[in-house]
Amino acid sequence: MGLFSGYSGLKVIKEGLMGQKGWKPVWRNPAPKPEYDVIVIGGGGHGLSTAYYLAKEHGITNVAVLEKGYLGGGNVGRNTTIVRANYLLPGNSEFYSHSLKLWEGMEQDLNYNTMMSQRGVLNLFHSDGQRDAFARRGNAMINQGDDAILLDREGVREHVPFIDFDNVRFPVYGGLLHKRGGTARHDAVAWGYARGADQRGVDLIQNCEVTGIDIEAGVVKGVQTTRGAIRAKKVAIVVAGRSGQVAQMAGLRLPIESHILQAFVSEGVKPILDTVVSFGMGHFYISQSDKGGLVFGGDLDFYASYAARGNLPMAEHVMDAAMTLMPAIGKAKVLRSWGGIMDMSSDGSPIIDKSGIEGLYLNCGWCYGGFKAVPGSGFSYAHLIAQDRHHEPAAKFRLDRFRTGVGLMDEEGTGSQHNLH
Amino acid sequence: MRLPCPLCGDRDRREFFYQGAAVTLDRPARDAGDAAWNDYLHNRDNPAGETRDLWHHEAGCGAWIVVHRNTVTHEVYGAELAQKAKA
Ligand SMILES: Cc1cc2nc3c(=O)[nH]c(=O)nc-3n(C[C@H](O)[C@H](O)[C@H](O)COP(=O)(O)OP(=O)(O)OC[C@H]3O[C@@H](n4cnc5c(N)ncnc54)[C@H](O)[C@@H]3O)c2cc1C
Ligand SMILES: [Zn+2]
Repeated sequence: MGLFSGYSGLKVIKEGLMGQKGWKPVWRNPAPKPEYDVIVIGGGGHGLSTAYYLAKEHGITNVAVLEKGYLGGGNVGRNTTIVRANYLLPGNSEFYSHSLKLWEGMEQDLNYNTMMSQRGVLNLFHSDGQRDAFARRGNAMINQGDDAILLDREGVREHVPFIDFDNVRFPVYGGLLHKRGGTARHDAVAWGYARGADQRGVDLIQNCEVTGIDIEAGVVKGVQTTRGAIRAKKVAIVVAGRSGQVAQMAGLRLPIESHILQAFVSEGVKPILDTVVSFGMGHFYISQSDKGGLVFGGDLDFYASYAARGNLPMAEHVMDAAMTLMPAIGKAKVLRSWGGIMDMSSDGSPIIDKSGIEGLYLNCGWCYGGFKAVPGSGFSYAHLIAQDRHHEPAAKFRLDRFRTGVGLMDEEGTGSQHNLH
Repeated sequence: MRLPCPLCGDRDRREFFYQGAAVTLDRPARDAGDAAWNDYLHNRDNPAGETRDLWHHEAGCGAWIVVHRNTVTHEVYGAELAQKAKA
């Protein structure tokens, strides 16, 4: 890449002097070809990163990403952008650790400013028992090679002096600080991977809904779409909240139920919060965007839904929790709220696996935590598709764990049951 | 969202606990095998549209009910006691 063909400080200066007339569209808008080596269904974060790594790591460039709407219009553009590697269980632990390392090199790799900001993620605890559980989690993170610091109450005060430390129900005892965690610009992550995939020859095809999957004698042959039939040697499903419907096109039933998760953003306020804070006991978490908006959310609405908007009880719960933890933000006005359709698996952990149909691959079950997985999921899924064997950091994301009961990954310790994650 | 409890009438969603798809009413036999148990415990049709799911009126009369509703529009068509749905 030449000095002026990629993005750089020099390019910004040059364009500033030339009246900003030299910027070009960032990807092509091709018509679908009759056949591809690999079709990726779904142009969210995971689909775009899968296509990028297929091309970059495996030299497979005759690839199409088929997106029913526009690139990045799904959950990748609706999440609260938290990136972290603070999981407890083997399987999740090594996967998110690998993904965080990819985040750390992403901007250089993509030549794209994804505004990755390692501002730290601070999980609060409120009792001696919870402190023990967090110490254990911190040790698991350190054993995995990631970072964790157990803070006492005064340690927490240095980071967030204005929270209510003496709440009668949930006094703050301390927190687990994960410094390499943080936030990124979600749209930019989708656009950066899209641009990188396009530059390597991948066709990104928008407004192209997959309506059927063609299978002959147990082997995948291609897909039917709203823009005609397209043949393919391999087909990779990665459609988040729509996993149930697309899998059904191949006659599969998945351990997935789709639920709504809401998020909220306030008007812009002066800088008050320079880290991500999670208040697990209130199912609440918050950060502040670079524009000054407080970005926060809570738990699922807790019933199966495809409505992509939330219901009032959870909105009220989130506001209650915000006022419990941070009475100081009570005067800030909420500007917007929205919802996204989450692919909830019954044990709360993801699936990256073969489907049982030759040439058809599955990637789903990211629940409410798949943004941080965008680079790792694409990297591992591309490996599986290209080489037909699992990539080590994602080798435990098997579909058959639900049938055999071996290797269920239930981070919350509540059991592999749909309504509990 | 309000759910029509057959015993109490229209009640606020907050009074109910959501259990999940009503397939959980069809418990397989003990020796039905792992595929049947996997379908019962984990695999779901997960429809975008009409669905039947099981709710507990925990902050009301305590009945288990099967609600017929739409997952896309949140329209609720009706509900019956789980006892009757099973019979
Ligand atoms: C409110 C909210 C907050 C969240 N916060 C966080 C967070 O802080 N940190 C975190 O790690 N995760 C978070 N998540 C989760 C994260 O956003 C998702 O797990 C992740 O984005 C899902 O993967 P994706 O990006 O590929 O999904 P999507 O962007 O939803 O991509 C799937 C794509 O598939 C397309 N598609 C579906 N059906 C078809 C079809 N038949 N044909 C063609 N295309 C199709 C869709 O249009 C969509 O664009 C949050 C989610 C929500 C909703
Ligand atoms: Zn009742």
